[in-house]
Amino acid sequence: MISEILKYSLKFILLVLVQVLILNNIQYSGFINPYAYILFLLILPVRIPKSLLLIIAFFTGLTVDMFGNSIGLHASACLLLAYARPMVLRILAPRDGYETDTVPSIIGQGFKWFMIYTALLTVIHHLLLFYLESFRLSEFFTTFVRALSSSLATITVIILFQYLFFNQFEVKK
Amino acid sequence: MRNLFLLLWRNNFTILFLLLQSLSIYFLIRNNRFQQVSVFNSTNAVVGSIMGVVSEVTEYINLKENNENLSRENARLKALLPESYYENRSVRTMVADSSRSQKYSYIAARVINNSVNKRNNFLTLDKGSLHGVHPDMGVISSTGIVGIVKDVSEHYCTVMSLLHKNSKVSARFNHNNYFGSLSWDGDDPRIAQLSEIPKHVVFKIGDTLVTTRYSAIFPEGVMIGTVRKSNPDMGGNFHDITVNLSTEFSNISHVYIVDNLMKSEQNDLESKTESEDDK
Repeated sequence: MISEILKYSLKFILLVLVQVLILNNIQYSGFINPYAYILFLLILPVRIPKSLLLIIAFFTGLTVDMFGNSIGLHASACLLLAYARPMVLRILAPRDGYETDTVPSIIGQGFKWFMIYTALLTVIHHLLLFYLESFRLSEFFTTFVRALSSSLATITVIILFQYLFFNQFEVKK
Repeated sequence: MRNLFLLLWRNNFTILFLLLQSLSIYFLIRNNRFQQVSVFNSTNAVVGSIMGVVSEVTEYINLKENNENLSRENARLKALLPESYYENRSVRTMVADSSRSQKYSYIAARVINNSVNKRNNFLTLDKGSLHGVHPDMGVISSTGIVGIVKDVSEHYCTVMSLLHKNSKVSARFNHNNYFGSLSWDGDDPRIAQLSEIPKHVVFKIGDTLVTTRYSAIFPEGVMIGTVRKSNPDMGGNFHDITVNLSTEFSNISHVYIVDNLMKSEQNDLESKTESEDDK
């Protein structure tokens, strides 16, 4: 249990640092802003208490907000992601349910499953994020394109991350 | 009553979600409206020091270009020194000059955090209340205007960049006094939009835009950018102008915070007049 908490704390620090130090600095005309730190919320165990998931999501969002001076913005988007996650998991559940210690990952559930899972939650998160950020109907379509192109970038980075780092953690165990 | 509690208990997930969500939205709205001294932004000491280390590295990468910019500015300022003027009179007397008093002073600062890719962008600078920075001071760079100070902590301050949906700067043509309002539509960090220039004003592509003397935040005549193009707007009485910004926001490392020494005097007087007018 303790080692689980440690492992997740490490992943949290790593992902937030990658987000604020590298990904936040990608300046490609504003249409490609990957927010791959949400991977942290995606890989929490399936059986995590739902309320705990909400609280973790809230603080993850606040941490990223602190670095971007956008207090409340990421927190709000992360909360929606955390709220939607149990439903998405229910929709994607295998026929006889999840094992008690299932952790969503490419190795565990397969590429196709993970891809759908990530895509659904990323798009939900990004749509709320970008609309809250612009908060104007006059920029409706630009914001929509921004949210979708950034979602693509986020999904790509998340899949890369899965292959680069997180599989090794799981294999060692 | 018991049923009500049961209902609440069964939906505790949704209720917690709604609670936290309204808290975030409250933060978000408050952050957009008011200045605040808060631990939840990059004026916070931990975040500030992390960003400081990172900017030291990235600054090194841009060192050459920054040096060129600074030396160009030095050259321009040197040209203004008394020594660089040829003295036409043979006798030179020094007079204690009380006909002019200083209106602006400048605090040099380093940019330690910056973004241009969001709809609302902020910069973080490494100067704070300890160095005499207050909210609502203007920030300019050696190439043009940058933004307005928003929050201040002891060692850091955040700046609402010109690239923010609430940024509005009044800008005028260098060659006449017609002025309009400059804002950013969120697309390209090099291009801003100028509105409220009346249809009858004549100008050319490439004309220079500078700050007006109406604002108590920026000195008059600070470079903003040049006219990029003017879209013919059917109907309406105003030109629809896009502007090439002179400040390269994506590559900015040294800035000046403008301290208007007469700002409170001007603001007090103006608010007094306004309140008397209301009566």
